[in-house]
Amino acid sequence: MGLIEDRFHPNILVTSADKVFNWARRSALWPMTFGLACCAIEMMAAGASRFDMDRFGAGIFRATPRQADLLIVSGSVTEKMAPIIRRLYDQIPDPKWVISMGICSTAGGPFPTYSHVQGVDRVVPVDVYVPGCPPRPEALLYGLLVLQDKIDRMTIAKRTARAQ
Amino acid sequence: MAEYVPILVFLFVAIVLPLVLIGVAALIRPHRPDPVKLSPYECGIEPVTDARGRQSVHYYIIAVLFVIFDVETVFLFPWAVRYKVLGLFGLVEMGIFLLILVAAYVYCWKKGALQWV
Repeated sequence: MGLIEDRFHPNILVTSADKVFNWARRSALWPMTFGLACCAIEMMAAGASRFDMDRFGAGIFRATPRQADLLIVSGSVTEKMAPIIRRLYDQIPDPKWVISMGICSTAGGPFPTYSHVQGVDRVVPVDVYVPGCPPRPEALLYGLLVLQDKIDRMTIAKRTARAQ
Repeated sequence: MAEYVPILVFLFVAIVLPLVLIGVAALIRPHRPDPVKLSPYECGIEPVTDARGRQSVHYYIIAVLFVIFDVETVFLFPWAVRYKVLGLFGLVEMGIFLLILVAAYVYCWKKGALQWV
């Protein structure tokens, strides 16, 4: 735990610090280079020049979880892949977020089978679900904007004080 | 003497700025280490053996042979590009060069350098 996180009641200093931190966090979301299935193709398109995810600060796909803070689960999650996803998620340093891209990783999609995890939220906590099969790059960008709104509501104030 | 002052300033900035940035980041960032997070990154697979394993020394010979014939190809390219200019002289020169390398290749082969034991 950092020096200032989860320590103070929400006052004018904490909320001002929140504004700075949240701005920094939402403006430099670095996704991990991690494609699972066909949705990954749309994810690549979203990252490339035509749709240019970098406009929102999320275009730098990092090849290691150490440098990433966003995991885009792009495609069907098999039972065999689930522990790997969990491990990768665990290796991303805090704070971290997860976007579930497409119906496969959201709820199993067209594969209600023995080999298929019926939703990646059974493995890792998901922040934003992007529907589609596969979602168009615009949909992923919208999911990213929704995630940025969510990050904007984060606070470093005391956990007990947040509920009030 | 005075012209070295910018270097001193540069040195000062180069030392102090990273210290300040890393220090401030260490103070304010969330810090929640756990064994999985600290384990080596192997694309999500659990690491099975130590990275400092023993390799067969035969890889070394193969690598050296690769470098030799790789460099041979590097020499072939400029000759192929300027083939018409160099003409017959270049062709003969390249033939001698290749003959020497082929002799070396036959030698390696006879010695069993390409044999995987």
